[in-house]
Amino acid sequence: MLSVYQVYLLPGNSVYCGSTISPSQIPLYTKCILRLKVILIFYSLQGRTLILKDIKSHESLSLVCITQLERRMADAGNKESAPIGGDEFTNTELENNKNNTMVEEGSTLLRRMEISVAEAEKRTGKNTVNMQEIFTVYLIETRPIDAITEGHNPAPDSLWRRYSEFEILRNYLLVTYPFIVVPPLPEKRAEFVWHKLSADNMDPDFVERRRVGLENFLLRVASHSVLSNDKILYHFLTEEHRWKEVVYETGFQAKADSRIKALSATFRVKNPDKRFTEMKHYSDELQSLTSQLLRVRARVADRLYGVYKVHGNYGRVFSEWSALEKEMGDGLQSAGHHMDAYAASVDDMLEEEEHYADQLKEYLFYAEALRAVCRKHELTQYELETASSDLISKKQQREELATGMVRTFSFKGMTNKLFGQETPEQREAKLSLLEEQIVQGEETVTEKTVECEEYVKGAWVDMQRFKEQKDRDLREALIGYAVMQISMCKKGIQVWTNAKECFHKM
Amino acid sequence: MSRTIDAVVSPTQTNTIPADISGQMLDLDEDDDLEVFSKDLTLADGNMFNASMPTSPGSMVNQCKFEEDEESDSKDIFITVDNPESHVTAIETFITYRVLTKTTRSEFDNSEYEVRRRYQDFLWLKGKLEDAHSTLIVHPLPEKFVVKGMVERFNGDFIETRRKALHKFLNRIADHPILSCSEDFKVFLSAQAWELTTYKKQGPGFLSRMGETVRAVANSVRGVKNRPEEFTAIQEYVEDFSNKIGSLDKVTQRIVKEQKEYLEELKEYGPTYTLWSGSEEELAEQLKGVAGCIERCCKETEEQVGHLSDTLVPVLHEYVLCAETLKAVLRRRDNIQAEFEAKNEALATKKVDRDAESSDLGFVWGSLLGKNPEEARHQRQERLDGEIEELKEEIDKLEDRVEWANNALKGDWGRWQRSMRGDLKSAFLSTAEKNVDYYEKCSGVRFLSLPPIVLP
Repeated sequence: MLSVYQVYLLPGNSVYCGSTISPSQIPLYTKCILRLKVILIFYSLQGRTLILKDIKSHESLSLVCITQLERRMADAGNKESAPIGGDEFTNTELENNKNNTMVEEGSTLLRRMEISVAEAEKRTGKNTVNMQEIFTVYLIETRPIDAITEGHNPAPDSLWRRYSEFEILRNYLLVTYPFIVVPPLPEKRAEFVWHKLSADNMDPDFVERRRVGLENFLLRVASHSVLSNDKILYHFLTEEHRWKEVVYETGFQAKADSRIKALSATFRVKNPDKRFTEMKHYSDELQSLTSQLLRVRARVADRLYGVYKVHGNYGRVFSEWSALEKEMGDGLQSAGHHMDAYAASVDDMLEEEEHYADQLKEYLFYAEALRAVCRKHELTQYELETASSDLISKKQQREELATGMVRTFSFKGMTNKLFGQETPEQREAKLSLLEEQIVQGEETVTEKTVECEEYVKGAWVDMQRFKEQKDRDLREALIGYAVMQISMCKKGIQVWTNAKECFHKM
Repeated sequence: MSRTIDAVVSPTQTNTIPADISGQMLDLDEDDDLEVFSKDLTLADGNMFNASMPTSPGSMVNQCKFEEDEESDSKDIFITVDNPESHVTAIETFITYRVLTKTTRSEFDNSEYEVRRRYQDFLWLKGKLEDAHSTLIVHPLPEKFVVKGMVERFNGDFIETRRKALHKFLNRIADHPILSCSEDFKVFLSAQAWELTTYKKQGPGFLSRMGETVRAVANSVRGVKNRPEEFTAIQEYVEDFSNKIGSLDKVTQRIVKEQKEYLEELKEYGPTYTLWSGSEEELAEQLKGVAGCIERCCKETEEQVGHLSDTLVPVLHEYVLCAETLKAVLRRRDNIQAEFEAKNEALATKKVDRDAESSDLGFVWGSLLGKNPEEARHQRQERLDGEIEELKEEIDKLEDRVEWANNALKGDWGRWQRSMRGDLKSAFLSTAEKNVDYYEKCSGVRFLSLPPIVLP
């Protein structure tokens, strides 16, 4: 029985493993990412051993020999393991591992097809008002999975898409599957920037992070049990030119609920499902909490940047001063270099932290998708309630007409009193009209009830799925963040230890 | 801790050294020193405890040697400055510090002294030491008041910073082979308040001080002509050093500022995780864990900033002040040399005067007044010869003075460089160590926040 460990590489010289081993006992350069039962990937730079203990048996798993582990996994009967890789891993392969975990969530598309957003390029063209504009396009590559596992290595199919096309796809999905918490796109404009990050959409770092975000979007959609079956999605990934026509032909834009309708439903609905009300409340909280967190994090990053960069001045002054001194010169000079290194190190560290921020941002935007699902429920419920109350009032009217009794105050009643009652023929006509309407009304109510129930059922399932996904992802994000912080501290220790030695030489 | 005063205060005397104090001054054989350092100081009141009397170069050498041997042994004088107290009078409020001295030196009557001193007293001591030893490097005092920032005179941090600096100041003097023998220093450490006040009043008069200042200004305007190469080198170094240390001071203060701002933001960051944990179920523990980590890192950061402010900032600041002191010392040395050069020039002029043929004008006047021209010329020659002799004597004294000043500076220069290196090295070392410690603690804290094992 293979137990699972989360192991994180700390860039540098140690590994955190969620077990009883502390990093000081692990003097290795080993990169392991173990994921659930599915994938075991090793990346051993120096070939020494990393000892993990099986949590149940306390048996030491010696990972010297990769093949041993392969065998172990085969014993565990796990056929879905990806081939254990060799020594080099690229980002895309790691992303693919993420693909594979999504595989197990019962997706269809992703089982069949490997998807990635491989590159970004600048293009120029004319926009809607016929002016020259520069925009970025992203290369989507797809490959059938069978071909890969059979050992072939076919060239991927590919096409270019710009951000606005992704937006159209997403809007289509939102309208077509309102009961699904649709994965969000990466942000349109850079928000929560701290001063070094450019808010410019053309900035290469921003473009790169967006590329990753778009790939993430596609992977999530393609691994979703419902969304992945959508034909439009498939066309998006495979048909470069005709796709827009096809998607507009679905007429999804017309089906979109008006905001006013949705908003008034929120206020007027009488009996929404309590769980949905709670979920909506949660989505509001999630949104405000994560945005507050992101805001403060950006400020902290900004300040930290300042601290590190000012140390660069030490480098300059030490170097100048060392020219004056005979005995202290060497020590000062080398200390200065370390100060420069310290100041420079913050750039990479904060770039890595942006990755963490992006993970949080995804859930910030997810919160909105979640809220949309809850609102849609309120809308359907409201429509049901309206239809029901319409039906009731129509039935009442029929009763009044039939019995001639005025139960409630009505305009009709008043006019009757004032101008006299209607003729029997008129009454007959009205009654039959009412009967028709009531029949229609009953149909409507039945439809709406079914619609509402199905919606609630489907939405609740997806919201549960979303909740589990969120807990998993955020848990990992927080762990990754802690690991990043540890790594940053280790770098700090190294720099200042070196500086200390230089000062000793002074 | 009272002292017995051995000598009677003799009445005002003129330019002779009273016999009873000659014994106190090792080998003093010149009046010239008295001229430079205000005769009045030493003799106007004939006070026994005449600390500002410098000794001749010869005796200095002796003393230096003696003291150097002593220096390599253990310290024999220990001073602490502590216990600031505030005093309120009708006119003013001020702070006094307790100065505790323990010593085995023979010049002191007792082995322990406890007195209270205020900042003004320290200023006085510094002034006296600089007057007496104008080319020795006296460690700087903390500034009178801090202009930047909103530091009040009686703010706790300010007082503490000042106390530390005063402590260092006295200890540096105690370590100095020459300065620590100063009588003023001894009085400062041992006299009771009223005794000190009396002693202080025995300083040179206002006018004599004025005269000295005027001369100094005149000399500095004149400039020195033949400065020895080594002092020019020292001056260049001091200029550069002053720039560098000033930059380091600014950089360090900036780091403190940035670090404090970082800390402020960090303090707000932790609570956002706590807040979020309130809305989550599965994630709540983890989020709270992150919040806890950040909080602990805040504490560590605060400590680190404190250390920086207490250790590195004051030392750098001290050396900024030192650089100014050095510049002043070099100026004073230059002035001494300038005065010597000026007198030399005067001598040359006088000689030319004397050797010149009798000037027509003088002759004419003389004859008008009915003087015998032969006699007049003879008288004039005699007068000039006398003046030349006087000048030559003065020049000799000045030459000695220059040599003594140069030697004192050279000797002290090496000392200063060594202690500068030591001070700055240990301050930077301590900072680096603290930073390593800071990062180790932070990483340890984060470590503990990681959840143990993720099971499917």
